[in-house]
Amino acid sequence: MSADSYEDVASGKNDIIPALEVPPQDLYHAKSFLTRWIFSQDAKIIGIQYALVAVSVGLVALVLSWMMRLQLAFPELVPFLGPAQYYQFVTMHGMIMVVYLLTALFLGGFGNYLIPLMVGARDMVFPYLNMVSFWTYLLAVLVLVASFFVPGGPTGAGWTLYPPQAITSGTPGGDGLGIVLMLVSLSIFVIGFTMGGLNYVITILQARTRGMTLMRMPLTIWGIFTATVLALFAFPALIVSCIMMTLDSLLGTSFFMPAIIEFGEQSEHSGGSPILFQHLFWFFGHPEVYIVALPAFGIVSDLISVHARKNIFGYRMMVWAIVIIGALSFVVWAHHMYVSGMNPWFGFFFATTTLIIAVPTALKVYNWVITLWRGNIRLTIPMLFSLAFIVTFVNGGITGLFLGNVIVDVPLSDTYFVVAHFHMVMGIAPVLVIFGAIYHWFPLITGRFLHEGMGKFHFWVTFLGSYLIYFPMHYLGFVGVPRRYYEMYESPFMTTSTVSLNQFITIAAITVGLTQIVFLYNIITSAKFGKKANRNPWEACSLEWQTADVPPTHGNFGAELPIVYRWAYDFSVPGAKDDYIPQNVAPSEVPGAKVEKT
Amino acid sequence: MILAIALVLVLAIVGIYVAIKFPQRAVSAALALVIFGSIAFHFLTPWWWTEIASNWGAMDDTIILTFWVTGSVFCAVCLFMSYCVWKFRYNKDRKAEYEPENSKLEWGLTIFTTIGVCALLAPGLIVWDKYVDPPEDAFRIEVMAQQWYWNFRLPGEDGILGLSDFDNIDEDNTFGINLDDPNGLDDILIEGDDLHILKDRSIKLNLRSIDVLHNFYVPQFRAKMDMVPGMITTYWFTPIRTGEFEILCAEYCGTSHYAMRGWVSVDEEADYKEWLSEQTTFGEMMSSLGKSNDTKLALNINGEK
Repeated sequence: MSADSYEDVASGKNDIIPALEVPPQDLYHAKSFLTRWIFSQDAKIIGIQYALVAVSVGLVALVLSWMMRLQLAFPELVPFLGPAQYYQFVTMHGMIMVVYLLTALFLGGFGNYLIPLMVGARDMVFPYLNMVSFWTYLLAVLVLVASFFVPGGPTGAGWTLYPPQAITSGTPGGDGLGIVLMLVSLSIFVIGFTMGGLNYVITILQARTRGMTLMRMPLTIWGIFTATVLALFAFPALIVSCIMMTLDSLLGTSFFMPAIIEFGEQSEHSGGSPILFQHLFWFFGHPEVYIVALPAFGIVSDLISVHARKNIFGYRMMVWAIVIIGALSFVVWAHHMYVSGMNPWFGFFFATTTLIIAVPTALKVYNWVITLWRGNIRLTIPMLFSLAFIVTFVNGGITGLFLGNVIVDVPLSDTYFVVAHFHMVMGIAPVLVIFGAIYHWFPLITGRFLHEGMGKFHFWVTFLGSYLIYFPMHYLGFVGVPRRYYEMYESPFMTTSTVSLNQFITIAAITVGLTQIVFLYNIITSAKFGKKANRNPWEACSLEWQTADVPPTHGNFGAELPIVYRWAYDFSVPGAKDDYIPQNVAPSEVPGAKVEKT
Repeated sequence: MILAIALVLVLAIVGIYVAIKFPQRAVSAALALVIFGSIAFHFLTPWWWTEIASNWGAMDDTIILTFWVTGSVFCAVCLFMSYCVWKFRYNKDRKAEYEPENSKLEWGLTIFTTIGVCALLAPGLIVWDKYVDPPEDAFRIEVMAQQWYWNFRLPGEDGILGLSDFDNIDEDNTFGINLDDPNGLDDILIEGDDLHILKDRSIKLNLRSIDVLHNFYVPQFRAKMDMVPGMITTYWFTPIRTGEFEILCAEYCGTSHYAMRGWVSVDEEADYKEWLSEQTTFGEMMSSLGKSNDTKLALNINGEK
């Protein structure tokens, strides 16, 4: 491409515009307040609705985690918390954070808001289905929350819901409505997600604007797209296992239930396999990790590139790494089950596949830091969060190499090492990306910046605080402290008492949690009184910043859809006047720019 | 606690000093301090694994190996990042370098990472191969878990555990031992009490559960395996030092999971024999319950012993 002569470019001969493949769609135009803001069919509004519900239910899960941390460090402060409540809080915290917060926020929230804008579409291809998807998700959340108020309370089976204990009376909520509501809520969630997910995939494949080839899409879209495809394949395993366990629980079938003795009496079940459930669960559960991680990978790539004023290094490799990670994530699930009692020979296979997945993941990390090399780095708050993401993600990723290597997993599995690992890698790391993304796109959504000072305070306390929670926690796992223990007592294997470390972690956890109040306050006040943002305030190249109105209105792009001439990373192109060339700028408009990649 | 707070304070003071002295460099300094703090914590931490009491020292070794390989990558990546943030701060008169791809570098990194991953995986798989292959002559002990305590069954002088069946389980026969299997008669039953094992004798555990998932975990032995109702799982180890060790359930098993503890004692031969002589066999227990006739009948049918 660089071989084009100056005259060719300036004459506009190279401004190739592909033909329109899909005719423009008719949009549904809302007429009343109710259809515009509540039962909205505008993907942007739906995205915000998803985000608000996800964050609200996430705050509930945050408070639950405080209760757990207080019990572990200062049990005298929470005398009302018995083992049953503790296990119920553990379970609800985990399930809410993984499914109802992270999955819903990345795909339902960011997916809805960003997909049409970034690929240059007016809306999702099925706006009505999109609306139904959100309301189905809300129903799933309400059913989940309702389980707090039924007799016996919510299920305390752990977020993995392993049978037989999940549906026996030795587990809180196991013989009541708690577990059933959890299974029903998950099933509803999957149904709602399927509607949304088909929408995201089809929009990305069918509704891209002219010139937006797949290999010109921002990595955010690649991450969300691949994650959605994973989810569409993985969630069926979850919904069938939920239905089968509901039948085991209510109708006495024996999919997962062998003959057992429940407090002295032989149960009516026989012949089922508890390990079958684990296979189904982790066939969903491991891709789920990447359903959360891949959108975070994509978003953070864009944040780093924009704020370092440099193209993302190795774009094609980044795309293929996302796709390969997505594909491999379906053949690693049993690394969660090394000591489950499955055939031990599986250990060889799954350890190998698991460690192979480290290669494309490591390449992504290298490419992020190489993007910083000789960049022109603006230390904005989104950039700060991206840097923090890299630290936490690399930390959490390498502990994955401990747990993925089957023999190393044996002493560490079911200890606090695991808890620290997955919180670092799929809790803190994606959440830091979410924060960075909110600071980044807030000016687009509201037309105003978030307050910088509050943002910096929020960033430093959140990043350093959460690192202080989870980094030392790995060492509790080395000591051998098992997870899911309501009370540890002093046991002779603990050569150093863990009480002080647990207290330290709890104090850090409560501090980090409270700091989120500053963030929420910042969101609420800045939405109204924040510093006004210009159009494209970060000088980004991707399409969502090139809309006619800011914030973008219904239909996104005004009278005409943009036409795309280049990838989303033309930063600091030699010969160009500005240090960025938006995707919809024709080569003839920037003569002299020595573009190497389009 | 004091150590942790002191470490945090020292790092915070250094961080604030750097931030005041070089406000432009605070971010990269903070990132570097996080890494140096992590390294310091790693080498100073009093929280480390408990002294090993089994033959699985190789597990500890693979952890250490993984630590060195992955820890150096972690430090290198993060310090490189910190350097970039230090060196390439925004300057409106400067443009970033423009280099979309560099296939030599990308392939180099791919190969480097692959080698690192193989270096971790190969030794790990060799040890796993040992772990799943118990020695032929290992002494078999059955561990029977139920909510929320441990029972044990040792083979008697014949060295063979009698067959058992779930349907045989009742309040007298908690292990469900087949009454018509003569090998079961001399089995030694330990219900809700401490287990004793002999130092330096390899042991293969037959793990059973009668209700939900459990996991027989002794931190000093390092080994683990879930116990699944409806099947028998196994692992093996050789205790290498005497002592009393706490058994912890390592697979969530309901409300009292955290209280499902027990004790295992590794004895020298004399102590072990003394303890063994005090235990009752299945046969003795059955006769004391007045079920001896049934047992004899069963034995006659089988025509053995």
